[in-house]
Amino acid sequence: MSVAANALPEAPERPVAPRVAGPDHPALVPAPGGVPIGWWGLAWLVATEATLFGGLLSAWFFTRAAADSWPEGGIAPPELGRISVFTVVLLASSLPLVWGEAAIRRGRVRGLRVALALSFLLGAAFLANQVVDYRDLTFGIRDNAYASLFYVTTGLHGMHVAVGLAVSLAVQAKVAAGRIDADHHLSVRVFSLYWHFVDVVWIAVFSSLYLSTHVR
Amino acid sequence: MTAVEEVRPDVRPEGEPRAEEERLAAAWEDPPGLIGFFTTVDHKRIGVRYIVTAFVLFALAGLMALGMRAQLARPDEHLVGPQAYNELFTMHGTIMIFLFNTPVLAGFGNYLLPLMLGTRDMAFPRLNAFSYWIFLGASTFMLSSALVGQVPATGWFAYVPLTGPQFATDRAVDFWGLGVVFIGISTTAGAINFLVTAQKLRAPGMALHRIPLFVWSILAMALMVVFAVPAVTLAAGLLELDRLAGMAIFDPQLGGQVLLYQHLFWFWGHPEVYILFLPAVGMVSSIIPIASRERHAGYLWVVTAFLAIAFISFGVWVHHMFATGVPAQAAGLFSAASLVIALPSGVLYFCWIATMLLGRVRFTVPMLFCAGFLGIFLAGGITGVMVAVLPFDVQVTDSYFIVAHFHYVLNGAVVFPIFAAVYHWFPKMIGRELSARLGRWSFWIMVISFQFTFFPMHVLGLLGMPRRIYTYEGGLGWDTLNLVVSIGGAVFGLGVLLTLVNVAWSWRRGAPAPADPWGGDTLEWSVASPTPEWNFAAIPVVDDVSPLWVEGGPVVAAGGEDEATRSLGVEGAEARTTPITRGLEARPAGTMPIPGPTWLPLCVAAGIFVVAFGALYRSIPVLVVGAAAGIAALVWWLWRTEEDLR
Amino acid sequence: MTPPARPGRGLHPAVMVATVAGALVAGAALAGCGDGSPSALDPDGGPARHVASLWWLLLGLGGAVYAVVAGLIVASWRRRAAGLDVNRFVVVGGLAVPAVVLAVVGVQTVRVTGEVFANQGRTADVVVEGEQWWWRVSYPGTGVVTANTIHIPTGRPVTLELRSEDVIHSLWVPQLAPKVDMIPGQPNQLVLDARHPGTYQGQCAEFCGLQHAHMRFVVVAQKPADFEAWLDARRGAPPAPAPGSEAEAGRQVFLDQACSGCHRVAGTEAEGTDGPDLTDMGSRASLGAGTAPNDPETLARWVRDAPSLKPGVLMPPIQLSEEETQALVAYLDSLDPDSGAP
Repeated sequence: MSVAANALPEAPERPVAPRVAGPDHPALVPAPGGVPIGWWGLAWLVATEATLFGGLLSAWFFTRAAADSWPEGGIAPPELGRISVFTVVLLASSLPLVWGEAAIRRGRVRGLRVALALSFLLGAAFLANQVVDYRDLTFGIRDNAYASLFYVTTGLHGMHVAVGLAVSLAVQAKVAAGRIDADHHLSVRVFSLYWHFVDVVWIAVFSSLYLSTHVR
Repeated sequence: MTAVEEVRPDVRPEGEPRAEEERLAAAWEDPPGLIGFFTTVDHKRIGVRYIVTAFVLFALAGLMALGMRAQLARPDEHLVGPQAYNELFTMHGTIMIFLFNTPVLAGFGNYLLPLMLGTRDMAFPRLNAFSYWIFLGASTFMLSSALVGQVPATGWFAYVPLTGPQFATDRAVDFWGLGVVFIGISTTAGAINFLVTAQKLRAPGMALHRIPLFVWSILAMALMVVFAVPAVTLAAGLLELDRLAGMAIFDPQLGGQVLLYQHLFWFWGHPEVYILFLPAVGMVSSIIPIASRERHAGYLWVVTAFLAIAFISFGVWVHHMFATGVPAQAAGLFSAASLVIALPSGVLYFCWIATMLLGRVRFTVPMLFCAGFLGIFLAGGITGVMVAVLPFDVQVTDSYFIVAHFHYVLNGAVVFPIFAAVYHWFPKMIGRELSARLGRWSFWIMVISFQFTFFPMHVLGLLGMPRRIYTYEGGLGWDTLNLVVSIGGAVFGLGVLLTLVNVAWSWRRGAPAPADPWGGDTLEWSVASPTPEWNFAAIPVVDDVSPLWVEGGPVVAAGGEDEATRSLGVEGAEARTTPITRGLEARPAGTMPIPGPTWLPLCVAAGIFVVAFGALYRSIPVLVVGAAAGIAALVWWLWRTEEDLR
Repeated sequence: MTPPARPGRGLHPAVMVATVAGALVAGAALAGCGDGSPSALDPDGGPARHVASLWWLLLGLGGAVYAVVAGLIVASWRRRAAGLDVNRFVVVGGLAVPAVVLAVVGVQTVRVTGEVFANQGRTADVVVEGEQWWWRVSYPGTGVVTANTIHIPTGRPVTLELRSEDVIHSLWVPQLAPKVDMIPGQPNQLVLDARHPGTYQGQCAEFCGLQHAHMRFVVVAQKPADFEAWLDARRGAPPAPAPGSEAEAGRQVFLDQACSGCHRVAGTEAEGTDGPDLTDMGSRASLGAGTAPNDPETLARWVRDAPSLKPGVLMPPIQLSEEETQALVAYLDSLDPDSGAP
C-alpha cells in the first residue's frame, strides 16, 4: 500500500449520512420489561459488599486457625440464647417485604405501608438488642484480635442494618407522600434487595462468630 | 437488512449545524464556566478529566522516580536522605498504581464505553461524576500529607507491623490507609457503572458477540474490581482501625496475625495488576485491527482469554508471599496457577499476530506504541513465568529482579498502551490532531531508553541488590549498572515529556481532526470530532462487531411511538434520553432519562473528603459534620431518583 | 495530517542497534559479575546452586520463546498470510506449545522446590533475630551470642531459625540460599549448606524502616574444625583486661556510662539486651550492620554519635570526653576472641 505524502489514510467507502432502519427492522422489535437499571446497580453493590463480609469472615477464620485458643485471652464463647431469638426476629423481618412487594405490584399501597412498617419494627428490635448486647460484653475492642474482629464484624453488620432502617424510613416517607404506585416502585425493590442481603449476611456472621465458636 | 430506508439528509456526522443540532445542543449542553465544570454528568467530560488528572499525577510520580534514580546513580550518594527516599518510593508506587494507572484506564473506559456501545451516556451519570470527585478528593487527601510533612514512607503495600501503631507513630500511614479506602469507593462505583451500562444500554442488535473487545476488557476489569477491591479496603481499613481505634487485629502480641494483612492485600493486589492489564490490552486490541486494516482474528479466543485471566487472577495471590514461610504444598498450588495464567496471554499474542499477518500493518503512532508494548510485555510475561517458579522467586523477590519484572509489565504493558490510546483517541476527544512527528520521537526515545532503564535491573537483582534501599556500597558490581539505569530513566522521562508537550500544544493548536482519522471500525468513529454532547443524534443499529466496516456503512434507528422505542431517534436525543435494551440480543426495552447537571455528586464526595480528615485527625465533630453533609446529599440524590424516572 | 511511517518494514535499524547494545551491556555485566557481588549466579551453598541451575534453564527457555514469538511478530509486519487458519495458529502457538514449555517448567519447579526446601524441621543450629536495623545471632546450647555475623561450618546443612520481635525483616544471602522472611509471631526456618569456606555477603530484603538499606550481614563459612574453634573461643567470658591498661579504663567507662543499659558483654555486669551483644565486638568487620568499617577512628565516632553515621539508628549519642572515648575504643577492640592475646 503506497501513501502519498500528505494524503489521509484510506477509508472504506462510506455515505455522507447514515442509513436509517425503520421500526420493522428485526433488531428494533421491542421487548419491554426486564430488570430495572437501578436494581442492577444495587445488585452489583451487594456483590461487592458480600465480598467485603466474606473477606472479614476469612480474616476471622484465619486468625482463629493460628490462635492457641479460641476465643483468645480467656474470653468466654458468646452466649447463644438471646441472640438466637433476635436472629429469628431479623430473618423474619424479610418476610413482610416479600408480601409488600407483591402487594404494590398489584397497586395495593396500604399493604406495602403495613409491610414496610412491620419490617422496620423487627429490624429495629434486632438493632436494639445488638446495642444491649454490646453493653453486656465482657471484653473491649482492644483486648485481643478475637475481640477486635468480633466488634468489627458485628459492628459493620450493625451499620448495614442501621443504614437499611434509615432507607426504610425514606421509602416509607415516599409512600406516605404518594410517590409510589404499581408502576413506580423502584425504591421498594431496591430496598428489599438490600434488606434481604443484610439478613443473609447475618446468617453467615451468626454462624461464624457465634455458632462455630462453640464447635471444638 | 430489508428495512433500511433512504439516506436522511438532515442528520450528518460532520458539517454545519442545523436547527436540529441547535435543539440537541440546548438539551445537552452543560451550564457555562465553572458551574458547568462542577455540575456536569457528561461521561465524556468526566472521562477526559480523569485522564488529565491522572497524567498530572503520573508526571509527579515520574519526577519522584527521577529523584530516586539520581540518588542511586552512584554508590553511597548523599543527594537524597533515607527519609526522603523512602517517601519517594512509597509515593511513586502508590500514585502510579492507585492514582494513575487505575483512574486513567477508567477515564478511557468512561469516555469510550457509551460511544462504543452506541448510547448517549452511562447508566448512572451522577454516580460517574461522583467517582471522579472521589478520585480527586482521595488524591488531594494523600498528597496533602506533604503539606504537613507526614508523607507515607513505608512502601506502597504498607506491611504491618511496620505500619502499625507501634512502629509508625505519626499520621503518615493514615494518609495512605484512609486514602486507599476512599479511592476504593471511586473504583467500585466506576466498575458498577461500566457493568450496568453494558448490560442495559447497548445499541439495538449489539449481541454479546458484537461487543467491541475494549468493552469486553473493561467488563472483565469491572468484574474483578467488584470482587477484589473489598480485600484491599479490608487490609487498609483494618490497619486504620488498629491505628486509630487501638484495635489488635494485626498485633502479634495480642493474637493478631501479621500475615493476614498480606493475604488481604494481595488477594486484591494480584487481580489489580490484571485490572490494569486487561483494559490496556483491550486498547491494543482496538488499535491493531485498525492499523492492520483487518478484523481482529480470534474474537472469541480473545474474549475467553480476558475472562480466563480475570478468573484465574484470583487464584495466584500467594505468589507475592512465597518468602514468608507459607507451607510448601499450598504454595505449590499457587505456583502452578501462576504458570497457568500465562496461557491466556499466549492466546492473546497469537490472536494479535494472526491479525497482523492477515492484514498489512501501517505504523501510525498508536501502532508504534502497540509494537513497543508487544516487545516489552513479551519479556515481562516471560520473567513473570520465571517468578511463578517458587524456588526461583524466593531468590529474586524483593530484589531488583522483581522491580524489573513489574516495570516491564506495568510500564511496558500498561503505560505503552495508554500512550497508544492517547494518540489514537485524542483526535476524537479534543477534535484536534496530535503531531505525529513529535509522537514518533516520543515513542523511539521511550522504547529505547526503556531497555536501558529496566533491563539492567534484572541483572542487579541477580547480583544481589535488594529493593527499597536508599543507597548501596560500592564495589559490589552494582555501580555501572545503576548508573546506566539512572541515565536511561532520565532519557525515558524526556520521552514522556515529549508526549505531554504534544498534548498540551495540540489541545489548542492542533489541526482540526476529522470524524475518522484512522479508518476505524467501532461506533465512536461514526460521530464528529470532538464528540457532540449527545453522542448519537439517532442511535445506531448494529449487526456486526465492526459496524463501520460493513458494506454501506453504519445504520441508525428511527424513533418509534412506544416507551421502548421513543428514544431511539433524534427526538429521543432532543428529550435527553437514551434507549434501554435487554437480552443477549439487545432489543429495545425502555427509555432512560439522562439526569441534568447537578451539584449532588460533588457534595457527597466533599462530605466523604471531610470524613477522611476527621478520621485522620481523630476528630469526631469533623467526622460527624462530613458524614452528615454527605448523607444529606445522598438522601436528596436518592429521593430524586424516582422523580427522574417519571 | 502527516502520513504514517512506512508500513511494515519490520525491525527498524535503531531498534536492532538498541537491542544488541543492550544485550551486550547486560552480557558484560553478567559475565563480569562474581567479583565481590553477592551474586545468586555465583552460588556456593546447596539451595543457591539448585536455584542457579534452574535460572539457566529458565533463561534458555525464556530466550527461546522470546526469539520465536518476536520473530513471528516481526514477520507479521513484513509478510501477509491471507489464508491463515486462525484457530489452528492460536491453539498451536498460543496454547499447545506454551503448555509444553510450562509443563517442563512445572516439573522443574516441583523438583527444585524439593531440593531447596530439603532438611526442614530440624532443631535450629543458629537463631537469628531481625531487629531495626541489625541482626541478633545466637547459638542455642552454647551461650554464644553475637551480631551481624553468622558463622557456619561447611559440608553439612545448617538450620537457621529466623525470628523477629519488631517488624518484618528478611534474611538474604544470595550465594548460599534464597531468602526467608522473619515475621513477628511466626518463626521461620532457613537451611544453609555451604560447600567451601568463604565470606558471603547478605542484606535484609524486606523493607523494615528508615535504615533498611544499612542492615547488612555476612555469613562466614568455615571448615568444621575452624568453626568449632571460633565457637569455643566465645564460650564463657572474655578475660578481663590487664589492670592499669587503657582497655581496663575503657571497661570502666563502658560499665559507668549508658552502654551497659543496652549492651551485654559476657562476664561483666553489663546485661543489656536492647542492643547487640558486644562480647566479641573486636572481631567484627563493620559497625552498624555494615554501615561503616570497624576501625578505631570510626568506632570513636560511632560511640559518641552513632546517628551521624547511621541516621535514625536507635543508639543515641553519648557524651564522652576524648580520653573516655579512646579508652572505650581500646576496650571494645580488645573484645576479640580470635586475636590470641588477651
